[in-house]
Amino acid sequence: MTFEEIQAQARAEWEALENSPKPRILVGAATCGRAAGAGAVLEAIDSELKRHGIEAEVTQVGCIGLCYAEPLVDVIKPGRPRLCYPHVTPELVAEIIEDYLVRDNPRPDLALGTIGDGGIEGIPKLFELPVLRSQVRIVLRRCGFIDPQNLSHYIATGGYSGLARALKMTPEAIIAEIKDSGLRGRGGAGFPTGQKWDFCRRAPGTEKYIICNADEGDPGAFMNRSLLEGDPHAVLEGMVIGAYAIGASQGYIYIRAEYPLAIERLRLALQQMEEYGFIGDNILGSGFSFHIKIKEGAGAFVCGEETALIASIEGRRGMPRARPPFPAQSGLWGKPTNINNVETWGQVASILQRGADWFASFGTERSKGTKTFALAGKVQRTGLIEVPLGITLKETIYEIGGGIPGGKGFKAVQIGGPSGGCLPASLLDLPVDYESLTEAGSIMGSGGMVVADEDTCMVDLAKFFLTFTQMESCGKCVPCRVGTKQMLDILERIARGEGEEGDIDLLLRLGETVKTGSLCALGGTAPNPVLTTIRYFREEYGAHIKERRCPALVCRNLVTFYILPDKCAGCGICLRACPSQAIRGGKRMVHIIDQDKCLKCGTCLEVCPPRFGAVIKASGEAIELPQEPIPVARAKGE
Amino acid sequence: MSSELAELLAPYRGERGATIPILQKVQEKLGYLSHEAVAEIAKFLGISESEVFGVLTFYAQFRTAPMGRKMVRVCRGTACHVRGVVQVLEAVKRELGIEEGETTPDLEYTLETAACFGSCALAPVMVVGKDVHGRMTPAKVKELLGRHG
Repeated sequence: MTFEEIQAQARAEWEALENSPKPRILVGAATCGRAAGAGAVLEAIDSELKRHGIEAEVTQVGCIGLCYAEPLVDVIKPGRPRLCYPHVTPELVAEIIEDYLVRDNPRPDLALGTIGDGGIEGIPKLFELPVLRSQVRIVLRRCGFIDPQNLSHYIATGGYSGLARALKMTPEAIIAEIKDSGLRGRGGAGFPTGQKWDFCRRAPGTEKYIICNADEGDPGAFMNRSLLEGDPHAVLEGMVIGAYAIGASQGYIYIRAEYPLAIERLRLALQQMEEYGFIGDNILGSGFSFHIKIKEGAGAFVCGEETALIASIEGRRGMPRARPPFPAQSGLWGKPTNINNVETWGQVASILQRGADWFASFGTERSKGTKTFALAGKVQRTGLIEVPLGITLKETIYEIGGGIPGGKGFKAVQIGGPSGGCLPASLLDLPVDYESLTEAGSIMGSGGMVVADEDTCMVDLAKFFLTFTQMESCGKCVPCRVGTKQMLDILERIARGEGEEGDIDLLLRLGETVKTGSLCALGGTAPNPVLTTIRYFREEYGAHIKERRCPALVCRNLVTFYILPDKCAGCGICLRACPSQAIRGGKRMVHIIDQDKCLKCGTCLEVCPPRFGAVIKASGEAIELPQEPIPVARAKGE
Repeated sequence: MSSELAELLAPYRGERGATIPILQKVQEKLGYLSHEAVAEIAKFLGISESEVFGVLTFYAQFRTAPMGRKMVRVCRGTACHVRGVVQVLEAVKRELGIEEGETTPDLEYTLETAACFGSCALAPVMVVGKDVHGRMTPAKVKELLGRHG
C-alpha cells in the first residue's frame, strides 16, 4: 500500500467512528487516570451498558492533562458535542448512563464541559475554561482524543504525513526546516535541535545512531510518560524523520523501567509501524532503512545525562565522561550519535506535518513553540499542561492552575526539578522562556513546575532536592560527590536549629565549586535549588540560624505541637491515635503532649476534629500550658 | 550452569550491551540477584564477577537479597514532599518496623521509596503491591498497615 492508500483507509475508519450511530464513551486511562480509579470506572461502564442493553464504543484514551479531575469520562451521543465528566466514580457511571444515555438528560450539574461543535445548555465549552483557555496543544493535541493503541487514529489525524513528506525531501532540507522552526531541546538545556542534528549528520562515518531519552527521572515530572502513553506514534514518527535527516540506521529508546504502560504502548506501536512499513527496511518505498530498540533504564537519575545514558546502553555503570568528543562525533559504540528528549522528538513530527513557519508562530523571539509542564504541588488544578513559551508564571499558576488552594498565599514556584530553582512572588511576571529562567537562576529543565505555598519551608525544600542529587551523584567528580554531601550536612544542621554564623556564605562558596568542578549537568546544576533559595529567601535561612525558628513550621526540630487547653474537649481521639503514647489525659480532661516523647509526626493535628481545632504547631514562641491534665470545664473557665 | 538460567540467558548470546537487560530478566524471574546468579551471568558474558557486581550496584532497580511478598513504595517526588510525604514515610517505617530497603522478618513487606510515580495530582502517594493510595496521611497509614505491623 502507498501512504496515500493507508491514509485514505485510516480516514475512512476514523470518519466511520465519528459518525457512528452508537454512542461513544472515552475513558482517560493513562497511569494517572488508573491511579485515580479508572479501572473500576471502566468495569462499571461495562456492566451498566449491559444492564441497560446499550451498545456503545468504549475507548481508553490517554491523558488530557486535567489530572485534578481524574478519573475523566467523556460521552459522545451521535450528533452531539463530546461531554466531559470529572471525578467519575462507579456510582456516578450508573447515574450518567441512566440519565444521559437512557433519558437524554446531560446532567449539567455533573459535567465539566463540552468539546466540539455545538453546545449543550448550561454546560461551558471545555477549551474556554480558564484551565485550557491559554494552553496551546501541539505535541499533546492527540492525547485524550485518540486511542493510542490504534494506528489508524494517529494517521487519520495527520500522523505520519510528516514522515511521508520528509522522505521526499533531502536530509539537508529537513535539517534546515528544523532550524527554521527554532525548536530547542525540550530535555532541559535548550540546545537548538537543527544544529545538533547537523553536527551528527556532518560527522564522518557511515554507522550512526539516534537515541530517544525517555529516562524522565525528575521527581515531580511526568510529561514524557503522558505523551508516550497517550500518543506513542508521535514520538516514533519524529525519530524516523530524525534518523533519515541524520543518516542513522539504528535507534534506541532509553526509558525508565518504572513506566510499564509507556513501554507496553511503545512495543505495540513499533509492531504496528512494521506492519505498515513506517519502520524497518525500505521505509515507505524510499530505500531508507531504520530500526528501533527499546532499552529499559534501571534506575539512575544521572543516566538522563547524554554520555551516562550511552554508557548505560552499552551495559556499563552509567557515569558521564568528559566532552569533547561530543556524542555527535563519538557516542554509542564510538559512533556518531544524536540524543533528543521524548518531547523534542514529538515536536519534530508536528513541525514536519504543519511546517516550520507555523511552529515558529508560537513562542518568543528566541524560544519558539510550546512546552509541556507538569504542574503540581500547592495549586488548585494540578495537571499536565502545554503552553506557548513566553507565557508568564502568573498566568500559568493562577489562570491555568487556579491559584493556591485553601486560601493560602503563594510563596515560590520550583521549576526544573533538582537542577532548577525556586522563584519567588516578585518574579511572577517572568516569562517562561529559556533565557529568562536561566537569568533568574533556574533552568527550563524538562518541565516540572511545583508550586509552594506559605506552609512550605525553603530550607527544607532546598534540603529535599539536595538529598536527591547527593544520592544520585555518580561519584566520578569529587566536587559533586563530596561537595553535595557537605552542602547537605550544612543544610541539615540549619534545619535542626544548629546552624552557625557563616553557614550561608559557606553554602554559596561550596555551590559555586560544585557547579564549576563537575563534568556533567547533574553536578553543574545540583546547587541551583540551594543558591536560588538563598538568593530569594535569605531571611528564612536567617530565621533558622539566628532565631532557631522555622517560619513555615516544617523543620521538625524547630517545631512543637501543643494542645490548647481552652479548645480541648477531652475526647481522647488524639490520645488513641498518637503512635508514641506521648499524649496524657482522661475523659473530659484537657490532654497534654509530653514533649520528650513526641515524634512530631502531626497525627494529633490531623485527627483532632475541626470543630475543636485544639492542636496547634508553633515555632519559636512560648505557650503557657498546664503541667497536668485538668478538667475541660475548668480550662474553659466554666 | 543451572538450566533455568541458561534458558533465560540464551536469547542474549552475541548481543552487545546485554548486561543490564540480562540482570533485569534474571531479577524478574528469581526476585533478586543471588551471588550464584551473578557468577553465572559473568561467565555467560565473559566478564569478571566484579564487573557485573559493579553494574548492578550502580542501579537502584537491582537487589541482592530476597524481597517481601508485597512491595510498599512511598513516593519521594517533589509534589509529595510539599504535601507531607515525610510524615507518611515515617508512619510506614513505624508500622512495619523496618527502614527503607529492608524487608519485614516474616517476608511480608519490603519498603522502598521511588523518585516519582507521576501521580502528583494525588500527592502524597504510596503504592502497596499494585494498589495506589493517594492523599495519604500518617493516620491513613496506620489504618492501612497497622494490623500487619
